[in-house]
Amino acid sequence: MSDIETARVAQNPRFKELVHERTRFGWTLTIIMLVIYFGFIGLIAFDKALLAVKIGGGTASLGLVLGVAVIVLAFILTGIYVQRANGRFDELTAALKRDVGR
Amino acid sequence: MNQLKHPLVLGGALAVVAVTAAFAAGPDLGAVKQSATNWPAIGMFAFFVLFTLGITYKAAKGTKSAADFYAAGGGISAGTNSLAIAGDYMSAASFLGISGLVYTSGFDGLIYSTGFLVGWPIVLFLIAERLRNLGKFTFADVASFRLDQTSIRIISATGTLVVVAFYLIAQMVGAGKLIQLLFGLPYLYAVIIVGVLMIVYVAFGGMKATTWVQVIKACLLLGGATFMAGAVLYKYGFNPEALFAAAVATHPKGDAIMAPGGLVSNPIEAISLGVGLMFGTAGLPHILMRFFTVSDAQAARKSVFYATGLIGYFYILTFIIGFGGISLLMSDPAYFSLDAAGAFDKLKGMIGGTNMVAVNLANAVGGPYFLGFISAVAFATILAVVAGLTLAGASAVSHDLYAQVIARGRVNEGAEVRLSKIAAVVIGIVAIYLGYVFENQNVAFMVGLAFSVAASCNFPVLTMSILWRGTTTWGALIGGLVGLIAAVGMVVLSKAVWVTTFGNPVAIFPYDNPALFSMPLAFLTIFVVSKLDNTRRARAERALFDAQFVRSETGIGADGAHAH
Repeated sequence: MSDIETARVAQNPRFKELVHERTRFGWTLTIIMLVIYFGFIGLIAFDKALLAVKIGGGTASLGLVLGVAVIVLAFILTGIYVQRANGRFDELTAALKRDVGR
Repeated sequence: MNQLKHPLVLGGALAVVAVTAAFAAGPDLGAVKQSATNWPAIGMFAFFVLFTLGITYKAAKGTKSAADFYAAGGGISAGTNSLAIAGDYMSAASFLGISGLVYTSGFDGLIYSTGFLVGWPIVLFLIAERLRNLGKFTFADVASFRLDQTSIRIISATGTLVVVAFYLIAQMVGAGKLIQLLFGLPYLYAVIIVGVLMIVYVAFGGMKATTWVQVIKACLLLGGATFMAGAVLYKYGFNPEALFAAAVATHPKGDAIMAPGGLVSNPIEAISLGVGLMFGTAGLPHILMRFFTVSDAQAARKSVFYATGLIGYFYILTFIIGFGGISLLMSDPAYFSLDAAGAFDKLKGMIGGTNMVAVNLANAVGGPYFLGFISAVAFATILAVVAGLTLAGASAVSHDLYAQVIARGRVNEGAEVRLSKIAAVVIGIVAIYLGYVFENQNVAFMVGLAFSVAASCNFPVLTMSILWRGTTTWGALIGGLVGLIAAVGMVVLSKAVWVTTFGNPVAIFPYDNPALFSMPLAFLTIFVVSKLDNTRRARAERALFDAQFVRSETGIGADGAHAH
């Protein structure tokens, strides 16, 4: 791709919109994941007693439920990203490509 | 007949009679003695090998161009790729190791499972699509997109080869010991079988064969683990609460297994382990390569989504399997080495060590033939993972070091692929040799070290070159080197090497996992050196960011993946 073409894409408002939205979305989800995971690790490191608390009077502990929740949430977050990317981001990209004739 | 019923147990028992002292001394694989030959397992494994060799033969006929060899022609579907990614990730260490850890410590096993998984969302949100849009065959293609080819490929290839070397040694030694136990084959035979087969897969079948071997193994492993976890839950009426209650009643630590225990006693250690596991995933060369085997960014993103689901599901299964081991095996003396009074240590006394929990549980819920099946799957798992590592290492040698650094890009495809095959053979032979040399060494820290180097060298170089305009060649080169040296240096000065291997009285570096320190150090160095770099080349590199940025964000101009 030539410099002129690069500049043409880079100046396109749709490109700016796509980059802005996706960058923000990606970093937001990244931060959510970091908070969830290091929150879990932080509890293990600093408040073991809380994680030992029993859930519903049975044997399963809060830590166990949270651990499984970290795994499930990781999957859900990737699902949220993929859904947004398949819809919104791919539409923007396709429109941008039509604009610049690629 | 007894041998058919409990081949592993009997073999182990014989070994115990012979060397009781040595055997009882260690629960880890270090004290392994050869078991009686396990024919059902060997038969099933032989079937797997024949089948995968057939696939390799077919793949070899379709592997002509460099794109075929390194990236399976870019024709792998998102679903297939996700199984291959999951397969690369579900190593024997995570299957046998984590279920064994759950067996001894309960909840603590979850810490590893979550750490291994949460790297995947990060890979998806920040790296996967951009990697596909910018790259061709290796992650060095991406990092050197607008930076100096020679310097960046040297540091990327070095990072790749260091990660591959440590990972391979750990896998080879694990393979040798495991196969001694599972199949009753001598250690050296096992290492040679693994080495030769991985050479054949990679050198003849390239990425196509490596991918399909991984996919088949992933299906077998997921199927086997699903059956086992299902059988455990079936015994407790599909009520996890009943399973947990039974486990708590049986385990010597009692209710403590439901809460965090001693595995993570130090907060800094815990966070450093988490950083290494999480960001190391995003820097493992054999995993990053898989993003070049799919057709476009869309397929790359879908494969991470499915792979995250598969890996998460697998870790939940290993957790159930570990608890099943507690409730179903811990009271059965048949699985333990007994002392003179007929008593046994529930935690350390398991025949073959606690890594055998999943294997023994297979026998308990499915009989000797299912035991054979799981043993064969464990062997296949190691084989598939080492094949992926070998391919990543061979690609770094041929595509990065030879084609770009030594030949300066003036090389034809045929010669490059030929060199890659030779590199695969050499890496295989070196791996066999190292597996032999390290037989009686402590290699447990090596997978952790591989993750730390990936997080401290490959990951910072890759993300900074993609995401930050200011990154220059000097910044990436020096930052990557600093990260690499810091990670390796801190591990050498830590307890695992400085005290255990070298015999010094105290460790100089107080933690087992360096990533919390070495990774930020690498990022900081890249930032500072790039900022200070005002050479003409640095200014040109910053100016080239726009072209890279447009392509990484949109895929416009990306390498068409389909070679046909």
